[in-house]
Amino acid sequence: MTKHQVTFVLAAFFWMTLLAWSAKQPKDAAALGSELARAPAEAHNWKNPYAGNPEAVTAGKNLYQRHCTKCHGDDRKGRDKAPDLHSSVVQEAAPGTLFWLLKNGNLKEGMPSWSRLPDQQIWQLVSYLQTLH
Amino acid sequence: MEEPGNLEVSFNPVVGIPKATNGFVGSTTEFEYGLKGWWTTEFYLDAQSTRRDSTLFTGWRWENRFRPLLREHWINPVIYVEFEDINGADKSLKEIVGHDSEEGLATPNREARRERKREIEAKLILSSNFKGWNVAENFIGERNLANEPWEFGYAVGISRPFGLEASPRACNFCRENFRAGMELFGGLGDWHSFGLRNTSQYIGPLLSWELRNGTTIRFSPAFGLTGSSPRVLLRFGVSYELEGFGRQVRQMFR
Repeated sequence: MTKHQVTFVLAAFFWMTLLAWSAKQPKDAAALGSELARAPAEAHNWKNPYAGNPEAVTAGKNLYQRHCTKCHGDDRKGRDKAPDLHSSVVQEAAPGTLFWLLKNGNLKEGMPSWSRLPDQQIWQLVSYLQTLH
Repeated sequence: MEEPGNLEVSFNPVVGIPKATNGFVGSTTEFEYGLKGWWTTEFYLDAQSTRRDSTLFTGWRWENRFRPLLREHWINPVIYVEFEDINGADKSLKEIVGHDSEEGLATPNREARRERKREIEAKLILSSNFKGWNVAENFIGERNLANEPWEFGYAVGISRPFGLEASPRACNFCRENFRAGMELFGGLGDWHSFGLRNTSQYIGPLLSWELRNGTTIRFSPAFGLTGSSPRVLLRFGVSYELEGFGRQVRQMFR
């Protein structure tokens, strides 16, 4: 084996080890409530422009299936670190705080930021999430 | 940044149409994994095929991206560090730095492949989202470890989805699945001769289409603006996201 091939094999092995290590994360329950409490005060007053719009709920469901099921599951009950979205913490949260959390994510706990989605789609997701009684 | 636990596999060919030398297809096959919400790692395999010459594997790259600020701001920085072990025949043109030019692509593969390039590359990626628009600026620094000077480059891009609201229908052809934009990129010289003189510069549109099954298709023709740039680079990309890859790996280690 040449020096180049040895370096390649070592790098590929190291990369795979990194993947395996990262996957061994602890199964802590996410402190969703405390994360929502970190939302700025003004977020509590943000109004969902799609409130009461059934089409937004359907669109939000499509967005959920596309972006969220991998962590929160098809049944929305969560797994690993991803919390149960039926919980009262989500259902009773001010819509603006959920919007803030989706936009910022909780990167330390593994929740990605969804800022790449337009605000309209984040609000559609919020509309859907708050119908999960 | 890739979502934690997901693996995205991409194939990114670039068709080069130079003015005076043989046409070529360079490609990278990319494996991008979200380690943490703030850390993404990627592994690339590079290859190329040159008309009236040969087809060869040109090397590999390992890249890591870190998001230092954990909250969303009006500008969101990402720090990018890459090590690459490629040979001089590499034509993936993943980025343009220094005085990269069409002349450098003209060397026959049998000669070019003898040159080993062990390089480190650092990028500062600044990204902003505003009313559906995404604006991104990259500043690139690259250095061959064989005691060569730092080379610099940049890329600036702006894009927006065709529709900001999601459709209530589950569809592939809805407007929100399509994104269009514009990109300007090129070299900025090196440590001893910083600037635009004798550099390659490109401009071109960006188009992407995201399917419901996790596949994204991209097309971005880039047109050379300076005498040292190839006439056109046709950049394609197709990527597929393997959801829950990390969970499957974890089950293997239980």
